[in-house]
Amino acid sequence: MTWIDAVIQGILLGGLYALFACGLSLMFGVMRIINLAHGDLALLATFMVLVISQHLGLSPFAALVIVLPGAAVVGYALQYAMFNPSLRGGELSPLLATFGLSVVIGNMLLEVFSPDTHSLSAGALTTASWHITSQISISALSAVIFGAAVLVLGGLQLLLSYTQLGRAMRATADDARTAELVGINAKRVYAIATAIALATAALAGTFFGMRSSFDPTLGPSQLIFAFEAVVIGGLGSLWGTLVGGILLGVAQTVGAQAFGAEWAIVSGNVLFLLVLAFRSQGIFAAREAHQ
Amino acid sequence: MSVQRWTRVSLLFSGATAGIVVILALVPFWFGPNTTEKLTELFVLIILAAMWNALAGYAGLVSIGQQAFIGIGAYAVIVFTDHGINGYVAVVLAALFSGLISLPISLLVFRLRGGQFAIGTWVVAEIFRLLVTNDQSIGGGTGRSLDALNIYAPADRQAYTYWVALALMTALMLASFVLLRSRLGGALQAIRDDERAAESVGVPVARAKRIVFLLAAVGCGAAGAITMANTLTVTPDSIFGIQWTAYMIFMVLLGGLGTFEGPVLGALVLFGVQQEFQGSGSWYLVGLGAVAIAVTLVFPRGLWGALVDRFNIRLMPVGHTLRTLVSRRSES
Repeated sequence: MTWIDAVIQGILLGGLYALFACGLSLMFGVMRIINLAHGDLALLATFMVLVISQHLGLSPFAALVIVLPGAAVVGYALQYAMFNPSLRGGELSPLLATFGLSVVIGNMLLEVFSPDTHSLSAGALTTASWHITSQISISALSAVIFGAAVLVLGGLQLLLSYTQLGRAMRATADDARTAELVGINAKRVYAIATAIALATAALAGTFFGMRSSFDPTLGPSQLIFAFEAVVIGGLGSLWGTLVGGILLGVAQTVGAQAFGAEWAIVSGNVLFLLVLAFRSQGIFAAREAHQ
Repeated sequence: MSVQRWTRVSLLFSGATAGIVVILALVPFWFGPNTTEKLTELFVLIILAAMWNALAGYAGLVSIGQQAFIGIGAYAVIVFTDHGINGYVAVVLAALFSGLISLPISLLVFRLRGGQFAIGTWVVAEIFRLLVTNDQSIGGGTGRSLDALNIYAPADRQAYTYWVALALMTALMLASFVLLRSRLGGALQAIRDDERAAESVGVPVARAKRIVFLLAAVGCGAAGAITMANTLTVTPDSIFGIQWTAYMIFMVLLGGLGTFEGPVLGALVLFGVQQEFQGSGSWYLVGLGAVAIAVTLVFPRGLWGALVDRFNIRLMPVGHTLRTLVSRRSES
């Protein structure tokens, strides 16, 4: 029974990883940028939610009404101010620039908020749970996070498949110059993609802050989990990313159950390495390639 | 028109470099342990900058996980000395061991390209950090101190550490100089500029990259092992920390990516910055990150690149210089 519980908790945790990962995946898919500051930007949003909810006495969910649009605006601006110029400098520049951004944000958070741990209260959701058996229970918060992740990833998939904007994104991803010939403003498409990516990252960061306590040093590890979810699932497939996140979450919780809590993250890393070694295109990529 | 490698300036400077190394070797006779300890830190930075430059500036491999090898080097010293090997022999062995470990790692991470390679190397570094943290026999999360060097008197020990560091730095700089000047150096730059095109004209892409990855692992392992001998204590969070990569990127970008001299200049700048601002907490890291962004976006050739553009000088002749009659006249 404890094993089944571990798997269920892993699946729910995986939803959060997928939510972290979808913005990373979107940016990589559309403009081939791996945003190394993704985790730190998500954590920055977590701290913004913390500050707003503390100072205005709002619940973190209400603070999201301010932070999510804020994150999108920051993403839009970052694209024009930093990522577009870095794209002109060749393949290395976006990596170096986003790594620099990660260092700047991470250390600024450390200076402003000190290395202390903080947490966001999700109100009644934190304590509510469904007891399925005496040993298996699902917390309401985990379920809400998982549901939100499925909605966001599904919504993004629909956006890419069926809307004008989604077609513009896919066209730009395939060939930005040709897309511009037919009247698509590639820079604007990039900026919208980054705005969406940062909004999803902010949402993931907020859920992360509700699920567990956090401190300013955790940005890079969120980036790593997101990246592992993307690679395990296979690049370029949002459903693959969801499955990748779930597999990563299950690997961590089952690993913790089998070897002890300190081996949770290592177990996830080992799954990542195994996928890299034996199926480096990811679990879902082959199917995508035929489309 | 003629192609040349050595110029009068670079011949002079290469000779001067040999002189500088001799003078540096004499430093422990004139100055105390405080000076040699600081200079050892500088040597570590120079090694790291040169290694990261070989990876990113020549092979186009942006690794943000070289702290894996820094940590492996440091902890290998502890493990080797635990087995009764002399501390300084262990430092050299640790560097080689780090290189050995890099070979199986390269098999995995070379499946990734560009940004994915970057995070992939970071994941590898995190795995090693967690493995060390979970291993109580080498101190677990609280780290370990190196006792094997206590057989020497403190003043002697600092001098020996300094000489070992100087020797390793000289050897590694010489190795990367020879490597980047060789056919492989040209092959690497071709890979960096366009991997597919390079492969299509017969450049052995995988082998060339692996050789640089190996060299960088040995170098970073040496840097970690020297740091271990210099500070005598280590924790997994600091030695496997991402701040090492931040230092490397800062030094190489500011100095000039893909130049031989630039990273050394960058290391000198970072060393100065650290002496000045290390007490001011994380703000100086914020500054380093901001400078890295600014240099990438508006000043991509770095300090040394700007100097080369301005004065057309090359101190260490890694590349080839094409000289026309016009430029020859203007230079002489």
